[in-house]
Amino acid sequence: MIHLEDINKTYNNGSPLHVLKGIDLDIERGEFVSIMGASGSGKSTLLNILGILDNYDTGNYYLNDVLIKNLSETRAAEYRNRMIGFIFQSFNLISFKNAMENVALPLFYQNVSRKKRNILAMEYLDKLGLKEWAHHMPNELSGGQKQRVAIARALISQPQIILADEPTGALDSKTSVEVMEILKEVNDTGMTLIVVTHESGVAYQTNKIIRIKDGLIEAIEENSGEKRSPFGNGIMK
Amino acid sequence: MNIGIDIWQEIYSTIKRNKMRTFLTGFSVSWGIFMLIVLLGSGNGLIHAFNDSSSDMAKNVIKVYPGRTSKPFDGLSVGRNIQLGGKDLSLTEKQFRDNVVSAVPTVSRSGVTLSYKDQYVSLDLSGVYPSYTKVEPYMIAPNGGRFINGLDISAKRKVIVIHTKTKEVLFRKDNPIGKFVLAGGVAYQVVGIYKDKGNENSLPAFIPFSTANAIYNKADTLDNIIFTTKGLNTEQANEDFELSYRKVIGGQHRFDPTDKNSIWIWNKFTQYLQQMTAANILHTAVWVIGIFTLLSGIVGVSNIMLITVKERTKEFGIRKALGASPASILWLVILESIVITSIFGYIGLVLGVGTTEYMNFIMSNQPAGPMGIVIFKDPTVDMGVAIQATITLIIAGTLAGFFPARKAVKIRPIEALRAE
Repeated sequence: MIHLEDINKTYNNGSPLHVLKGIDLDIERGEFVSIMGASGSGKSTLLNILGILDNYDTGNYYLNDVLIKNLSETRAAEYRNRMIGFIFQSFNLISFKNAMENVALPLFYQNVSRKKRNILAMEYLDKLGLKEWAHHMPNELSGGQKQRVAIARALISQPQIILADEPTGALDSKTSVEVMEILKEVNDTGMTLIVVTHESGVAYQTNKIIRIKDGLIEAIEENSGEKRSPFGNGIMK
Repeated sequence: MNIGIDIWQEIYSTIKRNKMRTFLTGFSVSWGIFMLIVLLGSGNGLIHAFNDSSSDMAKNVIKVYPGRTSKPFDGLSVGRNIQLGGKDLSLTEKQFRDNVVSAVPTVSRSGVTLSYKDQYVSLDLSGVYPSYTKVEPYMIAPNGGRFINGLDISAKRKVIVIHTKTKEVLFRKDNPIGKFVLAGGVAYQVVGIYKDKGNENSLPAFIPFSTANAIYNKADTLDNIIFTTKGLNTEQANEDFELSYRKVIGGQHRFDPTDKNSIWIWNKFTQYLQQMTAANILHTAVWVIGIFTLLSGIVGVSNIMLITVKERTKEFGIRKALGASPASILWLVILESIVITSIFGYIGLVLGVGTTEYMNFIMSNQPAGPMGIVIFKDPTVDMGVAIQATITLIIAGTLAGFFPARKAVKIRPIEALRAE
């Protein structure tokens, strides 16, 4: 599904900063993976590259057997639209659009008719238990509700992978559990999920933990079902 | 690319969010186009008034008046009066057969007292040919009889055509046609009443040239010679013609052909050309001023769009992350700019046209100025200008939106989405 070969990335802001120093990684279809690391470890950069939001300098990135390299902006936008769903820490809903319109937005860029996208958006909101909130603006929703709207938005285009950047970072622990439960359910339908986090409590909810340190993969831990720990019982740092 | 009803809804919702800002921006555009239309209308008013006084008259007319020499010539000193006579008339016709269509003279007698019963008026009597109304801005008033005709000339009839104002003084409400007026002991029958275009100060009465020549012109001097020309279509051709004309008449009267004061040549065609040039300059000046006023409005729109793009950085970042192509972002911003410029520009256009129409209404209901001069006529703009202005608006809106839109396209989603 995802195949990374020796990915290098250097930022040139004044002094060059070698952020990714040769990442090799394979992620199979249907996996639920977390990428862990301290801030500055390069995990966000890796996520941006996986999400085709950023370019890499050397190496190869295959997404669903398609080489993602030196794409034009238009082509990158098209791939993001069709293959990738994003979930962000700060939700990133468009403030002047209601929940339904936010969910429907990816389909707008697929030229789906207004009527059809709104029907689909309502379906996804219903799945996430937000049917009654469909016509509310983001500032009328709680944090958990906002993140559920964002999840619906990520799912609506039926992408190959979903990338979640600190999905629980702005939520309290109770809501965090709910959101992680939803993500697990999404994974159960066969969707590939990659979560970037620095919270071990979140990471231990996933099947595989990739630890990144100083731009290199330090370790990949298989996380069996027994080891999975719930939130709030001492494992959270 | 997706320019359907959706993009209009997107634009509508962003405009709705910033009502005050949109209004202020739009106002500067409205004002710009309003000024453009009002200026163009006023300019047209001046040009129309300009053209109106000469519109239905022949443009290829030259009038020659006697003058006084200002250069010594052939041993003769300056300051000699030149008198035009019958000989000059026949020279004009014979020597310039290629360019002169028909030459007619005018003689006049000034300070003639015209009387009817107990009413008197003092005026100039001009002996003219029937073609006179084609070269001077005079016309027969409605139900005002006729002008001098060919039979009057050949039979030397004692008939007279008087101005409407003269008629009012002498005849009050009576119909003067067929009545007789006395001029220095000679009785003339009134055959016509003429009017001018309100820009003449002297109001002569016209009698046939042959009659005037026989009664008043003992010395065979002509007031002027008027002729229509052919084949003189450029300024250069006209100048050349004037020079050779001066040479021929100068040979007769012994004056320097380069002496422009010896005889006065009033060439309507060159005057017309100058008038056209002046009108064009005025027209251009008005456009330039109008465009610059509009430009300041455009710069305002562009500025506001830049701020809008800055404020919407995060939104554009989200859109791009979700798969918005650069082209769709570009169009979103440019179309918003075009929508603002077009709607408010159109409001300005309508108000501007309304104002010029109102000006026109006021003008046409007002009597002419104190001297009977019309300085403003039909100060409106035509469809062509409205269409030009609309096209200008759309181009302007595109330009105003283009640079902010480019900025929006360059937004990188990872920077826009970085959690704050």
